[in-house]
Amino acid sequence: MCDQTFMAATFGPCDNCSKASPLMNIYIKTEAINYCSFCMEMMACQGLQKGETLVSLKRESDTLKKKLEEERAKLNDVELHQVAEKVEVLGALPIKTRRVLKGHGNKVLCMDWCKDKRRLVSSSQDGKVIVWDAFTLNKEHGVTMPCTWVMACAYAPSGCAVACGGLDNKCSVIPLSLDRNENLAAKKKSVAMHTNYVSGCTFTNSDNQLLTSSGDGSCALWDVESGQLLQSFHGHTADVLSLDLAPSETGNTFVSGGCDKKANVWDMRSGQNIQSFESHDSDINCVKYYPSGDAFASASDDATCRFFDLRADREVAVYQKDSIIFGATTVDFSLSGRLLFAGYNDYTINVWDVLKGTRASCLFGHENRISRVRVSPDGTALCSAAWDNTLRIWA
Amino acid sequence: MTIRTARPNRVQEFRPRMHCLKKLEAFVVEMQDPKNGVKGSDQKLNVTTIPHVLAGNAIIAWIANKMKTTTEEANVFGTMLVAYGYIYPLENHRKLVMCNDASLYRFQAPYFWPSQKWVPQDSDYAIYLAKRNIRKKGMLEPYEEAHYNHLHEWLNHKWDFIVMQAAEQYKAGRDRMKPDRVVFDCQERAFWIVNRPPRRTHSALECVPERLLDPNVEEKISFDQHRRMHIFYQQAIMRSKVKSSVSIGALVKYITTYKNHDPFLAPCLPSNPWQTDNDSYWTLNMRRVEVPTKMRVERWSFSLFELLTDLRGRDDFKVFLKKEFSGENLAFWEAAEELKWGTASSMSAKAETIFKTFLAPGAPRWINIDGRTMGLTVKGLEHPHRYVLEAAQTHVFMLMKKDTFFRYLKSPTYKDIQKKAQNPEAHNFSPAQLEQNACNRSPGIDPIILWQQEEEEKAKAAAASAPVDVKAMMSKIDRKK
Repeated sequence: MCDQTFMAATFGPCDNCSKASPLMNIYIKTEAINYCSFCMEMMACQGLQKGETLVSLKRESDTLKKKLEEERAKLNDVELHQVAEKVEVLGALPIKTRRVLKGHGNKVLCMDWCKDKRRLVSSSQDGKVIVWDAFTLNKEHGVTMPCTWVMACAYAPSGCAVACGGLDNKCSVIPLSLDRNENLAAKKKSVAMHTNYVSGCTFTNSDNQLLTSSGDGSCALWDVESGQLLQSFHGHTADVLSLDLAPSETGNTFVSGGCDKKANVWDMRSGQNIQSFESHDSDINCVKYYPSGDAFASASDDATCRFFDLRADREVAVYQKDSIIFGATTVDFSLSGRLLFAGYNDYTINVWDVLKGTRASCLFGHENRISRVRVSPDGTALCSAAWDNTLRIWA
Repeated sequence: MTIRTARPNRVQEFRPRMHCLKKLEAFVVEMQDPKNGVKGSDQKLNVTTIPHVLAGNAIIAWIANKMKTTTEEANVFGTMLVAYGYIYPLENHRKLVMCNDASLYRFQAPYFWPSQKWVPQDSDYAIYLAKRNIRKKGMLEPYEEAHYNHLHEWLNHKWDFIVMQAAEQYKAGRDRMKPDRVVFDCQERAFWIVNRPPRRTHSALECVPERLLDPNVEEKISFDQHRRMHIFYQQAIMRSKVKSSVSIGALVKYITTYKNHDPFLAPCLPSNPWQTDNDSYWTLNMRRVEVPTKMRVERWSFSLFELLTDLRGRDDFKVFLKKEFSGENLAFWEAAEELKWGTASSMSAKAETIFKTFLAPGAPRWINIDGRTMGLTVKGLEHPHRYVLEAAQTHVFMLMKKDTFFRYLKSPTYKDIQKKAQNPEAHNFSPAQLEQNACNRSPGIDPIILWQQEEEEKAKAAAASAPVDVKAMMSKIDRKK
């Protein structure tokens, strides 16, 4: 758990306008102050002051960036693989395909597990969203969305609804029903409205809030019942392709990754970007938290997956191999965090040993690129969705 | 109804993000090295002899040797070379995979390689189809005919130009020698199969909704963006960081703690439902079992977060707290969670109830927090916001985490449940039994029904418990809406 965000004062009177609102903890020169997001925006958009030019501002940005690198390097007293030497080597991993879910007529773009550990929802390019009981291979619900490329879908924590969105720039919530004949599309409710495609969505700790990421470069938190925008998150300078909510006891932060090669960590309460990591060489396709919430992994088009430590504020591992040159599209950790499953554009899933940095296994079977891998909530299985119109369950 | 976006249709303008192309090209060039590359031969196809034909197994063996990988991985790489259009199959031209046998392949001409700078336009495709139509009517496959008709419709304004180009190319083709013409036709056909794949053909160059950022253009940063960057960097610099040895140590410790609970690393008891088709593992670990499993009880001891997240564990914790008459902290924490994650419209009602129950002087379940936090919280409640209880909730949580939790682990309540907990025997199914299991997979209970049952239990608990169960009251407010 990131102690820092836990303890920070994030709600109270703004130091500038005195309004009671969520606060951003920032520094003016070296003085710590708490501003609400509006006052912060006003400060940023002030006209150029005397002596300030675009060049001088850029110079200051570069200086500050270097200083941050120096601060990070000061605490860099050991590498991950050094600490990992004391850990025992992994045994063989006999992972096999246990189920193949056929039923989508086109590329499967996204999937999410239900908390009951056996059901899942998947969405595809032709607009179909299907809820499956993966254990029995039954298709339980099916909805056709009016748009193609449904790139994001999520299962509600209660198991009573699913959310999905994509090229329609919206994210909608569809309540599920026990009546199999009911037309679910009729009860669909638009919640999120972006100005470009929705690339990722997830419910927070309840069915009442939805967090979305979009091609318009922003992420947003919505109230499901009213469709109200609760908080927006700006900071990416290009499409945001993925997001993940922190599993910590406070549940106050989330991480997002985008086409600007950055992975940003946000405070959900104030909308502040609190940490940022820029070490990938190309678009970040997917980000996922480590089970303890103190680290996260990212998958990128530069064919590497990287591991970032949030408390030390730096990248601690790169998972790459000379023979792997195709982009990684998706990652997820196993329950203990020892294994990192990564899906690639070359139709394979590589299983990395998170601590030692080596590849533990390679899973073959799909006939087109992998769009999403997710470990089930109790860690018993891995589900992979691919552009070959199928989903596979591995265990 | 689809909302049209304001951006231009980039599919026609640039191909984004093919980060792998440079490496692929370098590799393909090495493969074609006359001395050390893959060995090809001449093959007779109908009446012409085609030069530089390679067998699939030869290519895969070469890749495996060069990259020092297994045959399976080399096969995957080979398939990608075909899917990207660097190599094309001579037989089965619609299946873009590399087969590890004597199937025949050829290297594609560099002119037809995928490039980040030039994307084949629909007009190019129209010219190609028109040219084939000129050559022989009825030569187009059904999917190509469909494309042709569609292009004829929407490129109608350019059609004269397209037909003229097609005729020119057809004439130029006639002037070539027959073997060259056959080879060129194969190459061109392969190019278009990769760029305009027929249904059920998996090509790596399939059109995707494009990402907005053009990787070939330098980013322009405005002055306000710089200012925001300054604000970000300043707080990031001042942010306290932890030594790597400490934080990495914690990450490793987490893995070691959970090692035996990870089904990919240690067998789950009695068996992994996905492997044996028997769902006892799930039934034994349901929400409201009378007797939890030993592994589950052990997991509760890892952290307060684990204990509270597992609702069965939270129940046990409540039993302990009731004995100590200190249930109000957890009750307050639960109420604050309900406020934070509740609907926007229920904020005020919930905030008021929480104030009356936990914070007001003389409240029935008054929580003991420091004066400063209490002051801030009460003031904030004048204009309730979902995060108004953050400070108080954090305080209460830390108290539970640092004190109450450890006392729970040493308490008779916990020791009792540890003793009672069951350790199921590992399943040992014979192949025949496994087959039986596969035919009798249990459908389980619909999560909607489980949710309804849970809500009923909460309501019952609310009615039965004294003092007032705030969490149930919160849910009731939500349900009334």
